[in-house]
Amino acid sequence: MSEDVAPRIASRPTPALVPAEIEGASYGDRVYRWATTGFALVIPSLLLLIAWEVFRAGWPALKTFGLGFFTSSAWDPVNGNFGAAPAVFGTIVSSILALIIATPLAVGVAIFLSEFAPNWIRQPIAFFVDLLAAIPSVVYGLWGVLVLVPFIRAHVMPFVKDTLHLGDFPLFTGAAYGPSMFAAGCILAIMILPYISAVTREVLRAVPRSQREAALALGATRWEMIWDAVLPYARSGIVGGVILGLGRAIGETMAVTMVIGNRHELSASLFQPGYTMASLIANEFAEATNDLHISALMAVGAGLFLVTVIVNAIARWLVWRTARVGDGGT
Amino acid sequence: MRRTPVAILAVAGLAMTACSSGSDKKNDSSHSAAGVSTSGGADLTGAGATFPYPLYSRWVSEYAAATGVKINYQQIGSGGGIKQLQEQTVDFGASDAPMSDSEMVKAKGGAVFHIPSVVGLVAIAYNLPQVTQPLKLSGPIVADIFLGKITKWNDSRIAALNPGVTLPNSDILVVHRSEGSGTTYVFSDYLSAVSPTWKAGPGKGKELQWPVGLGERGNDGVAGRIKQTPGAVGYVEMAFVKQNRLSSALLQNPSGQFVAPSDEAATAAADAAIAKLPANSDYRISIVNSPGAGAYPISSLTYLLVYQHMTDAAKAKKLSDFIKWALTTGQKDASSLDYAPLPPSMIAKLTARADSVATGSAR
Amino acid sequence: MTTQAFTTQRRAAWRSYRDQLAQSTARTLSRRRLVSQIMIASTFVAALVAVLPLTLIVWHLLQQGASSINRNFFLHMPRPTGETGGGMANAIVGTGVLVLIASTVGLPVGIFAGLYLAEQRSARLATGVRFLSDVLNGLPSIVLGIFAWGLLVRPFKHFSALAGGMALAAMMIPLVTRTTEEMIRLVPVSMREAALALGYTKWRTSLSIVLRTAMPGIVTGVLLAVARIAGETAPLIFTAFGNNFWSVSPFKPIAALPMQIYYYATAPYDDWHAQAWAGALVLLGLVLIISVAARFATRSRAGLGGD
Repeated sequence: MSEDVAPRIASRPTPALVPAEIEGASYGDRVYRWATTGFALVIPSLLLLIAWEVFRAGWPALKTFGLGFFTSSAWDPVNGNFGAAPAVFGTIVSSILALIIATPLAVGVAIFLSEFAPNWIRQPIAFFVDLLAAIPSVVYGLWGVLVLVPFIRAHVMPFVKDTLHLGDFPLFTGAAYGPSMFAAGCILAIMILPYISAVTREVLRAVPRSQREAALALGATRWEMIWDAVLPYARSGIVGGVILGLGRAIGETMAVTMVIGNRHELSASLFQPGYTMASLIANEFAEATNDLHISALMAVGAGLFLVTVIVNAIARWLVWRTARVGDGGT
Repeated sequence: MRRTPVAILAVAGLAMTACSSGSDKKNDSSHSAAGVSTSGGADLTGAGATFPYPLYSRWVSEYAAATGVKINYQQIGSGGGIKQLQEQTVDFGASDAPMSDSEMVKAKGGAVFHIPSVVGLVAIAYNLPQVTQPLKLSGPIVADIFLGKITKWNDSRIAALNPGVTLPNSDILVVHRSEGSGTTYVFSDYLSAVSPTWKAGPGKGKELQWPVGLGERGNDGVAGRIKQTPGAVGYVEMAFVKQNRLSSALLQNPSGQFVAPSDEAATAAADAAIAKLPANSDYRISIVNSPGAGAYPISSLTYLLVYQHMTDAAKAKKLSDFIKWALTTGQKDASSLDYAPLPPSMIAKLTARADSVATGSAR
Repeated sequence: MTTQAFTTQRRAAWRSYRDQLAQSTARTLSRRRLVSQIMIASTFVAALVAVLPLTLIVWHLLQQGASSINRNFFLHMPRPTGETGGGMANAIVGTGVLVLIASTVGLPVGIFAGLYLAEQRSARLATGVRFLSDVLNGLPSIVLGIFAWGLLVRPFKHFSALAGGMALAAMMIPLVTRTTEEMIRLVPVSMREAALALGYTKWRTSLSIVLRTAMPGIVTGVLLAVARIAGETAPLIFTAFGNNFWSVSPFKPIAALPMQIYYYATAPYDDWHAQAWAGALVLLGLVLIISVAARFATRSRAGLGGD
């Protein structure tokens, strides 16, 4: 490294200039700039290509049904009547439910691992939680059908309806079949847990010790230290992890379709079967040969694009509103 | 120094690949007698229906052992199979439902043969622990159950067909498929044939708007739900009835007999249906509700979809040989896997068609 | 009032104030301590709850599938139902090949895009790319598969491992980008400034100093992405297609563990069910091995968290 420094010091211009103007170095920097920008541009190009394909394929159906496509609950492939409202509703509800369940859990685990866990337990548990991301979605679906849904039907639903006497509350009405929006929310929560937890863990690790020591020195209890000094520092990272998890929840197909009941019905009750847009496409695409049917499925895909954009935009707006403090870094 | 572990992993990976391909050749030598090169895998590619997958996988395995020709068949769904055939990304397709005219027009390789490979049947499975004898049902009754018009097991119409059987006074829970499927197509084909109300309503298709009932994913989902829920009834392929030990109903065929689902009954149905066909039928027919002695009403043909003129002569020959093998030797495997062999009367015509694929001459 | 009386009164007032303050502080302090202990305990509970599903699932897999894991499973091709000695060798290797192909494209794009987003933080283009990356993350895998089919299978009229790998790469990119960006943002600016002050060029700083410091976190993100794509079925059905026979060529259809698991699990036969569960166990094991190897290969003494 010393050989890099010497020539530079010798020819260094006035200190006000940015180092990139040092002789010989600007070429590398330019290449680097182009490389990173180029690779970054792959993402919007890819997305635009996909969006164009999906909207183009879905246009015939959208033209036929107009905006009513997203408000109608009919789904009759034989008679050519399609409406995606239950699927849209289900995607939004199941994803939000999954986030509500998973985020506190994931952040809690991450805090536990980074603050309180003794060294010997930290790595194994971190590994364990990260491994949740490795389970194939098919296996989640099968486990959901064989273990989770019967458990919900046999224990959770009766508990809520009978023991807590909430059976008439609109969120919990209806016969207890088992496959339900609630089951989908649970399985999605398990699936997105590792993403939120892993990112939060890394971010918490990066919080400088001085933050923690300062808070403790001022008399904070351990929890107050975390809540007031560490978490705000890590906020943007946590939000990043949550958005990753949200994306996964919105787009998950295999696992959800096995536990949600796949019924084209708008219902306020979490204990009733429902549908999601991703499951709809996954369930029917393999067998659909009728042009209007395929186009309707692609239109659902286009709708999914829109839902993802809107939900992400809302998430960002919420973050922007609550983040008075600058995000991590200086 | 950091690169060393990565290098070690890479070498280990390559070694493992080499080892397993070596021992694979050794261990599977009984399966590839003709020493065909294992470099890329398969000689022919096929895609389509899930329903005949267990049988086709047995066929390709035996065929590879007998002749060394490898065929890669994947069960991506009938619709997927048709689509891939239209786009010529596979050598043959497979479908439970015949292609419609508009689908055939879109096939980029020209005209398509429908070659039935085996007969399948759909059973009405139910869960009534108290009922020990098999239940007898008729087409109109089944249609009304799935329409939601008959809601209790001890309905008078069911009782009339089952004298002496004590039927419980419980609700009927209808279970159907939640996703698109060839099984639904066959079942709804049958219901449309026996019930004008059904035909005008939900109709016939791989995916329907069901008036009542609970949707489950896959035959395994439906079978599992029926197994767990007393009072449930649904439609599943025969293999799932046997493997889950469900009870299946005897259905009344147009001749008035109550027939249990079995491969002989399905073959009889196919036999009776094709007897009435013109000489050069393309076999895009439905054999549900077929009148014939001992015919099971919900039977169906499943098809191999092949281009009449294939551009690659070598592949055409291989495919034609395989189809002829499937139509003759392959039929022996059918009943052990819960399918029904094709009636012998069909074989000659279909073999002639397979021959014409090899030579490329239209039949 | 005499001076002495005044002082006494003041002292008494002060003592009473001090005692009250001490009491109320003690009350609130003990309350705060209680709250702290409750919250700490609840994070412990959260950890237990988080570990529970994996334990249950792995337990279920072991119960159903452990008996089917033997030498044959790793060495043989799938066999029809009823025949013994079948395995998923081609699917295991196939998954490895697909992950490799996907990583070859997904990792460079993801890491460099992450670097770009972290360094050009609030540029208009960067904000747009970040947003679109999140949207891409939310696309169902089947839509990516259909798209990859239209682009890489239909024009060439055959399925290929390459097409499958590309579909998987599209799923990897948003994950790797986001985590890379977050981790790079966590590197203190002081480290970057120190390198620049010592004469490193900007690009050397970014790659040799900042990237290397953030590496453990980036590796976490990469491993999450690899784990995710190793377990996906839907994008492969129309691209990699699957293969009953041995194949590692990128230009031919290739088998993959999740697909094989799905087909076997939804079949009517118990022997295939058992193999499906065994396949799931092997897939978990595979990802575990990759994780351990990757962490070992990129372990560094320096990292974040110090001062």
